[in-house]
Amino acid sequence: MLTWLSLLFLALFSAAAFMAGRGRALKASGGSAARLHSLPNYYGSYAALWAGAPAALLLLLGMMFGGRVEDALLQRERPAAIAGMTVDRQDVFFSDVQAVASGQAASEVTYDGDERLAFDAKVAESRRISGIVRYSLLAAAGLVALGGLLLALPRIGTEFRARNRVEGWIAGVLIACSVAAVLTTLGIVLSLVWESWRFFQSVPVLDFLLGTEWSPQIAMRADQVAGAGAFGAVPLFVGTFLIMFIAMLVAAPVGLYSAIYLSEYANRGLRSTIKPLLEILAGVPTVVYGFFAALTVGPLFRAGFNAIGAQLVGGPLDGIGQYLMQVQNQMALVAGVVMGIMLIPFVSSLSDDIINAVPQSLRDGSYAMGATKSETIKRVVLPAALPGSWPPCCWPCRAPSARP
Amino acid sequence: MTLFPFASPFRSGHAMSTQHRDDAIAHTAASVSAAPGAVEANAFKIRARDVNVFYGDKQALFDVNLDVPGKSVTAFIGPSGCGKSTFLRCINRMNDTIPSAKVTGAIEIDGNDVNAKSVDPVVLRSRVGMVFQKPNPFPKTIFENVAYGPRIHGLATGKAELEAIVESSLKKAGLWNEVSDRLHQPGTGLSGGQQQRLVIARAIAVSPEVILMDEPCSALDPIATARIEELIDELRSQFCIVIVTHSMAQAARVSQKTAFFHMGKLVESGATEDMFTNPRDSRTQDYITGRFG
Repeated sequence: MLTWLSLLFLALFSAAAFMAGRGRALKASGGSAARLHSLPNYYGSYAALWAGAPAALLLLLGMMFGGRVEDALLQRERPAAIAGMTVDRQDVFFSDVQAVASGQAASEVTYDGDERLAFDAKVAESRRISGIVRYSLLAAAGLVALGGLLLALPRIGTEFRARNRVEGWIAGVLIACSVAAVLTTLGIVLSLVWESWRFFQSVPVLDFLLGTEWSPQIAMRADQVAGAGAFGAVPLFVGTFLIMFIAMLVAAPVGLYSAIYLSEYANRGLRSTIKPLLEILAGVPTVVYGFFAALTVGPLFRAGFNAIGAQLVGGPLDGIGQYLMQVQNQMALVAGVVMGIMLIPFVSSLSDDIINAVPQSLRDGSYAMGATKSETIKRVVLPAALPGSWPPCCWPCRAPSARP
Repeated sequence: MTLFPFASPFRSGHAMSTQHRDDAIAHTAASVSAAPGAVEANAFKIRARDVNVFYGDKQALFDVNLDVPGKSVTAFIGPSGCGKSTFLRCINRMNDTIPSAKVTGAIEIDGNDVNAKSVDPVVLRSRVGMVFQKPNPFPKTIFENVAYGPRIHGLATGKAELEAIVESSLKKAGLWNEVSDRLHQPGTGLSGGQQQRLVIARAIAVSPEVILMDEPCSALDPIATARIEELIDELRSQFCIVIVTHSMAQAARVSQKTAFFHMGKLVESGATEDMFTNPRDSRTQDYITGRFG
């Protein structure tokens, strides 16, 4: 609360600094903006940035890491009364201290005698430390804000290049934003590497890569009861690849062909209707697809396969019949088909973009050679759009086109 | 594969009407420069009568009447937006690819209306080749670019025949010596002038009767331009060539007949020599002397 108030106050201070900077620049130029190097607002922004930004950064850092500092100060000295407790219990003790000090609900552990005395002493200490940390942070932020303003104001004069400086600040913000994304990615990768490293400390790499059984229920602590655990990743990979394969079998041709239709054949009205409808598919949450697979497609497929199986049983294809009789709702085909449907809009809009990027001059060249629309698409547009090997999913497209 | 299976609707008595007297002059001029003997049979390859073109509500061409002689070069000149490219695109029905375009009137090749219902534009275009302003080789090898037309029209029965067609087309386009050792490299890797000769080779690989060229040299440097003009002059003995150009010097150099378009109207047409030395319309005079506003 106090920090938010201080941020609000800082914003007001920064606005005042803006006015001061602007006023100072105008005064230096005798009221004529034309004699200034930059527009007056840049001088104001420059002063406001120096007054506001470093102090705001300090306050935000304080909000993020102030608690850690308080913890460290509080736990620097562990009272003798709790020295006999386990480390876990000591952690509970300190978290209770902080809860009571800040007026929140503590755990149900009760402390008696020496422990009680130590507890009360620590509560008092926690309140004191919290106050010191908070007010020193505010004081530091105030000093930084004032210092920034005092640094910025004397620089302002007619020759001062405020616009370039402010743009430097903007560039800095932009860099910070892009670096944030990069750092996040780096953090995710590093944490994955770290956790994998720890995982492979207890599970041999070969067991993971070549094992065919996956049942990760193992005991995390000595007092838990669980299976021995098996970490063979082969079933996971096989299942994932199978579903992915089926999904691509559905999504690649349907998506590509719909993109070809939309970009080459459909007239404008149809295109403007179908394309948004297709894109709605992309906006459907994955959970909905899950329900669709489990409640609609799964039973439908099972009923269909079971019916076919019932026809085949006893005939020459008895084995296949028996197998089809047994298929379940959760078969990979259902997951794959539904995932394929989910991917259609992505494949379609990607292909659409690539096809539209093929210059019209190539199409004209092909038409001028006496090529039909479908010859133009399969011999010129698609090879230009999708260089390299031709995906097998497009084989049907190679059928000879009807010609008068 | 016959292009026009039906009898000619064209009345031969129409040809020498006074209204087209100047065309007869062009015809004479063409017959002087082209091989004698073959000329009579090909006298007027293309005849346009009252051609109007609309793009949506906007009319781009007004009542164009023009005769184009066979086995010679006819140049269309005129300021930008005057309709000369539009008219060119009517001849092989490339305007069909623009949904809002509408063409009225008759354009006849050898007396057969290209807009007739019985004419398949796809077959028409295999008889009327086109070369565009910007070289547009397909993103394929040089060989495949030239083989494209013969392949889609089934002109070659075997690999050897296809190779022969490619070789002779590249030779006719004057490109063979430069690319014979790299036929299987991408056509897009050639220089601009070579690319333009490659697409000319691609166009003549299907042995068209007419070749339409839409400002074929406007993206090229003077040396490449000179090479293409030389090529056009060589090809004129075998094809009816129609070229749209912004350069009056080019029109004077390569063509036997010139047509001047202005504001969607055909202002004047006639033998190139006459047009440039003795234009009859004041607008033509203003344009070719560079005084045009």
